Amino acid sequence: MGRTVVNVADERPDIAADAASERTSGGSALIALSLRLLSIGPLLILVLLAGTIGLLTPAFLTPGNLGNIVAQTAVIATVAIGQHLVILTRGIDLSVGANLALATVIGSLVFRQVDSAALVMAAMALSGALVGAVNGIAYVYGRLPHPFIITLATLSICRGLALELAVGHTTMRGMPEGIAALGRSTSFGLPSSFFVVAGVAALVLVMAKAMVWGRWIYAVGGQPEAAVQMGIPVKGVLVTTYVLSGLCAGIGAVILAGRTEAGSPLYGNLLELDTIAAVIIGGASFLGGRGHIGHALVGAVMIGVIRNALNLLGVDVFFQMIAIGLIIVLAVEADVLRNWLEARARVLQAARAP
Amino acid sequence: MTTPPPVLAIRRAEKRFGAVHALKSVSLEAHRGQVLALLGDNGAGKSTLVKCISGVHALDEGEILLDGEAVAIHSPAAARRFGIETVYQDLALFDTLTPAQNFYCGREIAFPSWLPQGLRLLKGRAMDRQAAAVLDRLKVKLPRFDAPVALMSGGQRQAIAVARATVFARKVVILDEPTAALGVRESRKVLDLVAQLRAEGNAVILITHNMEHVIELADRAVVLRQGRKVGELKPTRANQQELVSMIVGAEA
Ligand SMILES: Nc1ncnc2c1ncn2[C@@H]1O[C@H](COP(=O)(O)OP(=O)(O)OP(=O)(O)O)[C@@H](O)[C@H]1O
Ligand SMILES: [Mg+2]
Repeated sequence: MGRTVVNVADERPDIAADAASERTSGGSALIALSLRLLSIGPLLILVLLAGTIGLLTPAFLTPGNLGNIVAQTAVIATVAIGQHLVILTRGIDLSVGANLALATVIGSLVFRQVDSAALVMAAMALSGALVGAVNGIAYVYGRLPHPFIITLATLSICRGLALELAVGHTTMRGMPEGIAALGRSTSFGLPSSFFVVAGVAALVLVMAKAMVWGRWIYAVGGQPEAAVQMGIPVKGVLVTTYVLSGLCAGIGAVILAGRTEAGSPLYGNLLELDTIAAVIIGGASFLGGRGHIGHALVGAVMIGVIRNALNLLGVDVFFQMIAIGLIIVLAVEADVLRNWLEARARVLQAARAP
Repeated sequence: MTTPPPVLAIRRAEKRFGAVHALKSVSLEAHRGQVLALLGDNGAGKSTLVKCISGVHALDEGEILLDGEAVAIHSPAAARRFGIETVYQDLALFDTLTPAQNFYCGREIAFPSWLPQGLRLLKGRAMDRQAAAVLDRLKVKLPRFDAPVALMSGGQRQAIAVARATVFARKVVILDEPTAALGVRESRKVLDLVAQLRAEGNAVILITHNMEHVIELADRAVVLRQGRKVGELKPTRANQQELVSMIVGAEA
């Protein structure tokens, strides 16, 4: 068989070439389709998941329960928005959970002095951003090879500081009315925290997609060396990214303190893992340079939905952890597959070049 | 005072990486409207020299003169402001960005101008339009203009990197092995672009291991060996053998 094909190709090179180009263009259409499917995959899975759970437990799709999911997801979503910026630059922020806890404790301390929602909110946001600044500055100017260690260090420091400042209390009750209302009130049938998340998301979306700074974070995360060569202020971009991640943790602190009307040094436990999982499950690449805010949001909602559904179904908490772990593996493999498909596309492109 | 000073001059450049003495008192000159070939075996110091010119590395000693004036090139951004464009060996393209986004990355067209560059808003349409015009002028054909460059072939990526340099070059264009990974047809395209850069009045510094390309394009050639400049001549068919022995160090 193979022999005949070779003979035909020898005698009629034009036919062989035509056949080859047809094969490659068919192949690249398939690759383009696969890449498109991969890019909407997480959203598709989320919709299927919600539909299936809705069929299994009618309680799931009630407005009350959906409102619950939104309220429970708000904190993860807000902090994951910051985490996604960091992951876009090939980084990681392990300190967000402890950062959030410290911010709620500082908020509580400020509340004991003055009953002002504005001041308490500002204190929490500032505390979060400050921790982020420490992360970014230590990482960039301390010439650390990777942000893992420094954010691990600030995780420990923030948690310790929060426990110290709370002097033995595990919860510090009370929040100004303005903050508590955030957790209690609803508008248009949605919890107020939803609008906080939407506001943060809209702002970050504009910064990431329309601002020069946003273009730079993709460049720095995609090809760090090229970013230096193209004259992008890489250090400044990295520091601002960690500041924003810390700020998002501070805003998450406001939402959580509002919902619980308290601050606590124990808040945000394992939040760093939840937010990293959300970003990766949502479809951003752990290798940096690719992803968008939709990934962080879809991933956060997916985690919220899984937890909520398994609670409704009365499934053990350990199974929730296994389910989320499996989805993380799936998401990372999808990323690998995407890179492989793109490499294939490049080969086909070279074969077809005029 | 009749002949203008060379647009770029390097005087007694020294560079060490720890124990590696990568550049040993290297001097050279590049003139407008000329192609200068920078030759040498692997590890001779060619890439190191161009990285010092383009602001990625700083020279340990020696000086760089632009149009006769000593300048300090502290960063790639500074080099670009001086009108020096570099096409790096690894291309320095951003895989997830489109050709137009790659063109302007680090020098985005944005507004309003009273804000610091990082906080300005991108003018995507303007960048797309201008990048398309440049690619058109250079007759670079791409399968899709709105696809990320990750999906493009080696030759297309190379052409994008060279075309990007042509947009901003005002004095010097440095190309580090621009045809190393390319087939005959795609190499031709890039060589045409190099000739065009020269015709537009730039000083072009071309690093390559391909003697055919050197003889075809280069007005002069400088040879480095183990970090030292070992010769400079006008490459022709007649002295091709001499050039090769200079590179490998087998003259005598
Ligand atoms: N960043 C660095 N750190 C340490 N040593 C380096 C660094 N960059 C280059 N070198 C060393 O300097 C010497 C010159 O390297 P360079 O890359 O300039 O060579 P080259 O002439 O460009 O070679 P090639 O033809 O292989 O690209 C080599 O011995 C190399 O190992
Ligand atoms: Mg080199």
